[in-house]
Amino acid sequence: MSPTSLNRSFTLNRAKEQAIEVSLLLCALVSIATTAGIVFVLVAESVFAIPPEKAFFQEVSPWEFFTGTQWSPQFADKHFGVLPLVCGTFLIAGIAAAVGLPIGILSAVYLSEYASPRVRSIVKPILEILAGIPTVVYGFFALYLITPTLIKPIFSTLGFDVDGYNALSAGIVVGIMIIPMVSSLSEDALRAVPRSLREAGYALGSTKFDVSAKVVLPAAFSGIVASFLLAIARAVGETMAVTIAAGQSPTMTLNPLRSVQTMTSYIVNVSLGDTPAGTIEYKSLYAVALCLFSITLVMNILSQYVMRRYREVYQ
Amino acid sequence: MSTPTPTAAPTPGSTAHELTHGRRENRLFETLCAVSTWSTFAVLVILIVSVSYRAWGWLDWQFLTSFDSRKPERAGILAGLLGSCWMIVITIMFSVPVGVGAAVYLEEYATDNLLTRIIRTNLANLAGVPSIVYGILGLTVFVRMFGLFGEQGLFHIEGIPLWGDAVIPLPFGRTVISGALSLSLLILPVIIVAAQEALRAVPPSLRHASLALGATRWQTIRHQVLPSALPGIMTGVILAISRAFGETAPLVMIGAMTFVRFAPGKITSLQVVFDDPASLVRAPFDTFTVIPIQIFNWVRQAKSEFQHVAAAGIVVLLVVLLVLNGLAIYVRHRSQKNLRW
Amino acid sequence: MSSMLNAFSDLVKTRDGQSDSESATPDQRTTKIETNGLDFYYGDQQALFDISMTIPERAVTALIGPSGCGKSTFLRTLNRMNDIIEGTRLTGQVLLEGIDIYAPAIDVVALRKKVGMVFQKSTPFPKSIFDNIAYGPRIAGLRDRRKLTEIVESSLKRAALWDEVKDRINESAMALSGGQQQRLCIARALATSPDVLLMDEPASALDPASTARVEDLIFELKENYTIVIVTHNMQQAARVSDTTAFFFQGRLIEVGDTRQLFTNPKQKQTEDYITGRFG
Repeated sequence: MSPTSLNRSFTLNRAKEQAIEVSLLLCALVSIATTAGIVFVLVAESVFAIPPEKAFFQEVSPWEFFTGTQWSPQFADKHFGVLPLVCGTFLIAGIAAAVGLPIGILSAVYLSEYASPRVRSIVKPILEILAGIPTVVYGFFALYLITPTLIKPIFSTLGFDVDGYNALSAGIVVGIMIIPMVSSLSEDALRAVPRSLREAGYALGSTKFDVSAKVVLPAAFSGIVASFLLAIARAVGETMAVTIAAGQSPTMTLNPLRSVQTMTSYIVNVSLGDTPAGTIEYKSLYAVALCLFSITLVMNILSQYVMRRYREVYQ
Repeated sequence: MSTPTPTAAPTPGSTAHELTHGRRENRLFETLCAVSTWSTFAVLVILIVSVSYRAWGWLDWQFLTSFDSRKPERAGILAGLLGSCWMIVITIMFSVPVGVGAAVYLEEYATDNLLTRIIRTNLANLAGVPSIVYGILGLTVFVRMFGLFGEQGLFHIEGIPLWGDAVIPLPFGRTVISGALSLSLLILPVIIVAAQEALRAVPPSLRHASLALGATRWQTIRHQVLPSALPGIMTGVILAISRAFGETAPLVMIGAMTFVRFAPGKITSLQVVFDDPASLVRAPFDTFTVIPIQIFNWVRQAKSEFQHVAAAGIVVLLVVLLVLNGLAIYVRHRSQKNLRW
Repeated sequence: MSSMLNAFSDLVKTRDGQSDSESATPDQRTTKIETNGLDFYYGDQQALFDISMTIPERAVTALIGPSGCGKSTFLRTLNRMNDIIEGTRLTGQVLLEGIDIYAPAIDVVALRKKVGMVFQKSTPFPKSIFDNIAYGPRIAGLRDRRKLTEIVESSLKRAALWDEVKDRINESAMALSGGQQQRLCIARALATSPDVLLMDEPASALDPASTARVEDLIFELKENYTIVIVTHNMQQAARVSDTTAFFFQGRLIEVGDTRQLFTNPKQKQTEDYITGRFG
């Protein structure tokens, strides 16, 4: 064997290997480019723009935007206070949380602590199916089923006025949408709690309820909180169902029976309309999108932080 | 041992109370949990039944083969069907290679340095971004390309000629390709995570055996790791595609039309393709609509008959998703039977 | 001399009786692999301390020692399989026929074709028997179907597996028994025409009958290949090897002719290990 037979040579193969590694790295960098693109696009249209373009916040004061309570960009008397949109978003997200979080966590407990494998094998696919149903279907469901057959009858007889488009139907439906997410993430957190903890509880004479509610749930707390945050972030970002069911009137109200507008449905409506690009109304959608993106980003980061910081470490 | 049946409510503090009280609380809680869980089943059933009921009589062959119309009886979903097909095909073409490639890099090549950690955190954050933001990204980057092209742009090109009279428009405009690229970015994190899991499931001993025989890293990946991880990757891709199928918001931003009476490239049958092959090339650069957007449009119509049309569209959409998910389950099932480590 | 050592000397004598007396004594064989002052680190932790030994050509060298003593790590330095673990580094030299295999100019891929490896747990690829054996030559660029078939057949014959599988060569390799799979892995390693064969506890996962067949195979192979085998089974080392090296806590305690090491060890630690006082 000669020394050269083992030596590296600049063969085609070596170049090929390098080229392949570089192109795979580029694929991985696409995800970073995506984030960079999102930030750039939103900021460029809202905050800084290359002259002669003017960004949104160069024409509308941020103070008015973030504290104003009237949103009417498409009327002659323009107001750009984003709070009605934020209020509408969180009203619906709040209703969704009230519906989705309890049911989600209770089903997680059921699946993890009580259910037999047979029940699990039926329920888990059902949850997966619910998660896979497109949001337009949920919007249809809210508008044509929940409002006429559930909300209107109940609340009209109670003497309340119910708009055809209302926040409650949208909130209920978004709540149903987030149940699978809460359930599966919480269930993972519950299952990560070691058996020994449960057995210690039982050995002390606890019932299943005691063990589940007082031992296992607290032990999985960080994972459950993280799942809640993710689910609420999802509810905040939900678009089509609320566009269909909640209406187009940006009002600052906590009455779920009224029609509201969320940040997401505003963006959709501007885009569907014939607002010309480059006008201040058109640019407002970028400002709203930046606001939306920031809120969901913060919630996602918070959720990851909670997971990391408070993660109970089991041997 | 027989438990004495209490004839009266046990007094708090007594042994009988201690032994029975907990059980009632326990049963209540268990019932509550069970009810919550099965209520999701009930919701699913109600949803399916109510939609099917409204679609009854309206979902027929005419519905599947006609274009949209101002008259509910004549409205059809053909434009959406064809548009969705084109959309999905082109989305797969972009997202699968990039997604699998990124996963391969992260699992097989990357060392644990700062760049890798940034990529991983970034993927987790991208998964939580609302889909409409991807639409806005696509709008600026693909549809308008930052205003760099066209008459008022920096570069005065209107398009790149392709084949025959087909031209790649610059900027892309409100076309299938803009939508496909935006959707690809949307489902990319999903594919990457699924592919990563599939690659991780391949035992390291397989890689070691291949390397010890003098294979390079890429040869090992190409001949051993990827074939073994393929079922898992395919399952993930199918699930990502079924998610993309139902996406509406990004495509609305891109500008998919709501009332569309044509198919991309005007291809409505194979005959058209034979007569004019260039139409295949033109199709991705045509304006379009997809099934969810047609449904969205019908839901918003004033005429109440349109709710039946919308319901019919929903049934079609759900059937497609059912088929896709069934395919994923089938692939997973087949692979678990064949795999023997 | 304890009775334990007697037992070993019996073993060694039996093997001698079976071999051709033409094989050279260890002193007369040329050196195939040589290490000088080899230190190996997993991150900050040192796993091998100043290992200097020679491995003779066309002979079987056994590496023995209690678990965790570094013998497998040392084996993997010989074909640079440790390179795929992150954070490892090494100082000192490993010379293959005088060439430092850790020099920057060396192509690891070519090295691994010359220095083959068989692992403890057999790892057949989920492909046919033919494709398993042909994998090495194929990735080296060989496409000719006829040549590949020749190589597959000769490798399987050399691994004493040909007769058992020649009728089902296109069937899945996963259907073979444990012992057959291990011989398949040996055949697969032989297909790249290596000079050296490294074996990391090749028979530890096998039943006694298969173990005996593998040991017979090793004995046959040493006529044409240099073999280094890691084993925790001392009797196996005594049966099969010409040279034995005893490792303990990352250090090479003693190395020498097998006969001599087992019957008259120079170091007390060696004697303690062999007679079972520890490990």
